Amino acid sequence: MAKSVVQEFTKGLWAEIPPFRLVLGLCPTLAVTKSLENGVGMGIATTFVLVCSNVLISLLRNVIPKKVRIACYIIVIATFVTVVELFMQAYAYPLFLQLGIFIPLIVVNCIVLGRAEAFASKNKVFPSLADGLGIGIGFTLSLAALSTFREILGKGTLTLPFIEGPINVLGPSFQPFSFLIEAPGAFMCLGLMLCVMNMLGKK
Amino acid sequence: MREMVRLFVAVAVFSAVAGGLLSTVKSVTQERIELQQLTFVKGPTISKIMEGCSNNPFDDRFKLKDGEREIDFFIGEFDGKQNTVAFEAYGKGFGGEIGVMVAVNIEKDEIVGVGVTTHSETAGLGSRAKTDPSFSEQFKGMSIEDTFMVKADDGEIDALSGATVTSRGVCAAVMEASDTYKRLKHEIVNNMKT
Repeated sequence: MAKSVVQEFTKGLWAEIPPFRLVLGLCPTLAVTKSLENGVGMGIATTFVLVCSNVLISLLRNVIPKKVRIACYIIVIATFVTVVELFMQAYAYPLFLQLGIFIPLIVVNCIVLGRAEAFASKNKVFPSLADGLGIGIGFTLSLAALSTFREILGKGTLTLPFIEGPINVLGPSFQPFSFLIEAPGAFMCLGLMLCVMNMLGKK
Repeated sequence: MREMVRLFVAVAVFSAVAGGLLSTVKSVTQERIELQQLTFVKGPTISKIMEGCSNNPFDDRFKLKDGEREIDFFIGEFDGKQNTVAFEAYGKGFGGEIGVMVAVNIEKDEIVGVGVTTHSETAGLGSRAKTDPSFSEQFKGMSIEDTFMVKADDGEIDALSGATVTSRGVCAAVMEASDTYKRLKHEIVNNMKT
């Protein structure tokens, strides 16, 4: 437990990167990574919820009675998710339409509850903040990597966040592997990514 | 027993604080959310059915009360005059309610355009009510006093093949729009600069 704040932050980026190392939070990972914009949008929304809930739960860790802690965590998480949902509707409506049901489903994302239970409830505020931020950014990067791969090969395009319209990357003669943007393609891409991660991680 | 009470109070306090926070956020964002919904859900349909108008129908909109309901009216300016108004009406389709935006010329009481905004019809069949222009264009130029029914019900509208229920739903929505228009015509005209 004597790790520095920096270490808590960086572990989320590689050693414990959520979808690939912890293999958690696969539902949004598989479902929303059809385009880069969706992947990054989902990642940012999850990061916000994760950081806020980690900080708040860490602050309240001595107040929350042990027996009802899960209920309290869920209330905290659900509140932040609803806040994100409302703000997304107000300021990024097209993205909200794209992500749809997966925004409210962040409530049951096991990364968020997992960090609350396994980390924030036992640590001080700053390490919790660093942990949430690290895991959140790691999650966002994973979604970005997966969705870039799927979108380029599946559609031949790339939709960058904050830029209107998809960019044609592979030219008009490219015949897209539309299989990759369907649900089974998500499993295949995730499997390939896990494989590459494990090969790189092997000493 | 004391512990039970303590747990109960803890969860109750948490829920109350969360509820309070959410209602604050909701009330802050509500107006903007409504605007976004108008722009992204109804916007494309409005600009399609009032193509060629010289103003922005979103800036020139007003609300009227029709019984319990509040309806948004969008004004379209043609030939330098505000003579067209678009509003939404609903009809029952195959998969639920179909929202239909109807644009009416108030000088001639004539339909300028009809477009589906929201629906949950079968993809590829009923969904063509939104995408197939040859269906919605049948309404163009009809008088608002007409009865709108599909040919199977002795009307004049050619139903989409394989989607009669959807077509009936769209017709019912246009009928509702026609009733609303007749009821509110006086107030509509008062709200427009003709």
